[in-house]
Amino acid sequence: MAIPGLEQLPVLPVVIPLVAAPLTLLMKPGRAPWAWATLVSWVTFVVTLLLLEAVWVHGPVEYAMGGWGAPEGMSAPIGITYYVDLANALVLTLVAGIASVVFPYAYYSVESEIDHRQTPAFYTALLICFTGLLGVTITGDAFNVFVFLEISSLSTYALIAMGARNDRRALTASFNYLVMGTIGATFYVIGIGLLYQATGTLNMLDLHQQLMGQSNRMVEAGFAFIITGIGLKLAMVPLHLWLPNAYCYAPSAISAFLAATATKVQVYIILRFMFSVFGFEFAFLEVALNAFIVLGIVGMFYASFVAVFRDNVKQMLAYSSIAQIGYMLLGISFGTVDGVAASLIHVFNHALIKAALFMGVGCVVLRLGSSNFAAFNGLAKRMPWTAWGLIISGLSLVGVPLTVGFISKWKLMEAAFQTQTFIPPLLIVLLIGASSLLAAIYIGRLAYAMLLQPVPEDAEPVKEAPHLMRITMWIMVLANIWFFFQTDVTVGVATRAAQALLDTGLGYGGAY
Amino acid sequence: MMAHLILRVTIKLLFAPIIVFALYVQFHGEYGPGGGFQAGVIFAAAFVLHALGFGLDETKKVLPPKVLPWLMVTGVMLYAGTGVATMLLGENFLDYDILQPDSHHHAGQHIGIILVELGVGVAVASTMLTIFYYFAGREPEIRDEDW
Amino acid sequence: MDIIEFIVGRYNYWIFITLMMIGLYIVISRGNLIKTIVGLNLFQTSVFIFYISIGKIVGGTAPILVGSYKADDSYGEGYGDESHGAGEQTSGAREGLHDADGLDIPSNSLSAEVPAGGAPSAVSGSLHQMPDTARETAAGMASGVNATYDSVADAAAQGAEVIYTNPLPHVLILTAIVVGVATTALGLALAVRIREAYGTIEEDELEAEDHFAEFGVPLHPEQGQARGGAA
Repeated sequence: MAIPGLEQLPVLPVVIPLVAAPLTLLMKPGRAPWAWATLVSWVTFVVTLLLLEAVWVHGPVEYAMGGWGAPEGMSAPIGITYYVDLANALVLTLVAGIASVVFPYAYYSVESEIDHRQTPAFYTALLICFTGLLGVTITGDAFNVFVFLEISSLSTYALIAMGARNDRRALTASFNYLVMGTIGATFYVIGIGLLYQATGTLNMLDLHQQLMGQSNRMVEAGFAFIITGIGLKLAMVPLHLWLPNAYCYAPSAISAFLAATATKVQVYIILRFMFSVFGFEFAFLEVALNAFIVLGIVGMFYASFVAVFRDNVKQMLAYSSIAQIGYMLLGISFGTVDGVAASLIHVFNHALIKAALFMGVGCVVLRLGSSNFAAFNGLAKRMPWTAWGLIISGLSLVGVPLTVGFISKWKLMEAAFQTQTFIPPLLIVLLIGASSLLAAIYIGRLAYAMLLQPVPEDAEPVKEAPHLMRITMWIMVLANIWFFFQTDVTVGVATRAAQALLDTGLGYGGAY
Repeated sequence: MMAHLILRVTIKLLFAPIIVFALYVQFHGEYGPGGGFQAGVIFAAAFVLHALGFGLDETKKVLPPKVLPWLMVTGVMLYAGTGVATMLLGENFLDYDILQPDSHHHAGQHIGIILVELGVGVAVASTMLTIFYYFAGREPEIRDEDW
Repeated sequence: MDIIEFIVGRYNYWIFITLMMIGLYIVISRGNLIKTIVGLNLFQTSVFIFYISIGKIVGGTAPILVGSYKADDSYGEGYGDESHGAGEQTSGAREGLHDADGLDIPSNSLSAEVPAGGAPSAVSGSLHQMPDTARETAAGMASGVNATYDSVADAAAQGAEVIYTNPLPHVLILTAIVVGVATTALGLALAVRIREAYGTIEEDELEAEDHFAEFGVPLHPEQGQARGGAA
């Protein structure tokens, strides 16, 4: 191993924020918790980059917690293992990368939106949420996924509820999310219980081995419970009702962080379960894939359509997130390397897009105190940096060339052309195009308000957002452009990751 | 005062045995049924009982709320610290064997489990009490800033 | 007869599903936030029962090393008394296995017999019943009673006569219970906060107020006016 301590690398992304989070609670309100959280996110980001590099060079890494690996003569580990291949290394890097930009951004936004004395608690919850998201991604143990899922979800509920200082609807949004999220997580646990009953193991790769050729009703029920449970957390279309209000009334920094990471991690879990755990030998998978085509397309249109008519920009973006999840599901539903790769690429790109957009809206909320469309009138003259950042990332959301959104759509269409589903490929491509038009309409509406609407006459002069917020937002905006040119990073990693996932799914791969 | 006499005497009698039982469950957890979570809850239950009989203010004098965050953090750090210590000693996270590598009887496992369970116990007890204090000590009308 | 066996043989599943449906129904149909949380709790509890029941083996004892050893084994004796006639139970479990042949949903006693962890060859006899934690438990036990067994195999051989309940589902569900406690606490805290912010915890009233705040018009005009006046 090239770097000393490399063998400890897989556990560090979870341990670092986990150790850092409680310490934050004891700090004095104000700058210290924020600086500490930022530092932690940067260190974690570096670790995940090293991990991604290690996985890229050496292949999948495995880490046995407490040394309870596979004993001699046994093929599967006894305890919990962390298993990192390219797919989750990519998502890990994404989550940590987004955190390392959003955490510094949060400072002014949090100071204005959350009671000063609550800041240590806020950053503690944020770090715990971060730990949970990383843990869900990194673990190779099916039950451990549930534990981390709930760690991240519980802190998310609290974080969303902290938006109550601005708008009490944050409380009801958080409560609804809590109810839906708990039902989702419990469904997931039922599914895991059924699988455990069928196989006697919880390790994902071992589950895959044990499930080979097993296709009885119990396993099918387990599969359905798991997909429905994660679907609830993912805000898959008929189960999406908690999301718009939760993202809308959460503190701005939280909206940016969650929109860019939480649902992405859930997409990863779906990918992991569908291909790494169940695989194509499992006949029932076909049913889910077909359902995903329909749900994906319905989501793309329905949510985009609703987004057009929203008066609150945050809510509009939240509905747009639901629509984008539709694209990801569509990519998965093709069941091909290209499709899954397109899905992973969109996971990555959409995180960049939504982080930038929500950060921009956060700047507006900070200065104008509202995220309603009225506040955006003439914004290009009042806060040009913010406005242009919003427009560029909005174009990226639509999928205009020179932005990452284009890469996503392009790859997805390419994948659609090469697949045989019950819907003709050409129709799918046209539908993708048509739903992009809907995105163009709601982004156009925002751009129209910012560029062409006059500044309200009674408006007081506003300053631009603080440098820190503008810089971090523009890092995200520029990332939107940079990753258009540097496609080998995203497309390269995503394609290899998808290849590995599907190889396991087809029964070639498998670490054991 | 006299109205609660029996209640209060009973609570006084029960308080110490509950704490002792919590400690028993705590340190027995390494051999048999028991462990940090159960112990922490039993421990907190003793204080909840105290608060029910003597009023929240009295209990807050016994165990001030200010201490609780520190206890929570200590608990979690004890747990995570054990893990980090095993990592620093060159083994995997929470691989207790390294704590006492020469032992044939896995003494390291004993040490590790006791430390981790102690951390869990402290964290759970203080968290449970924090939750109780916040719920019980809630004023009927509260300003937004106090939340 | 088959139908009765089908029902009675899986009574734990019936309890689990009934409780689960009651819980879900409460969550969906009740408008009161506290009742929603109660429903949620019931729903979670049903899953706890499901997990615990799949780990249970008829006649199985707690996974603590029993039997007589050279070393000081006061723990072992204590629990050993409870598991009378280990041999009987082994055959009982076998019968259970036989009865359930050909069914695609394993019955209660079979479920834990399913070879596990990809380790059927490595562990023998009753250790099947505690698959993933085999080494963990065995190692823990070996040291726990100060016995002189160093290897898993020795411990496994000693424990082979006793049927153990699979401890892993119980451990898992302990974690889920902790999560449930946290969820309930958070849910109740939110309910308290909602009560303070809105003055109600009835969902339709909350909805009406939110609707009024968002669109400026009452959700139900005839009721909304009265509330608007009060507010």
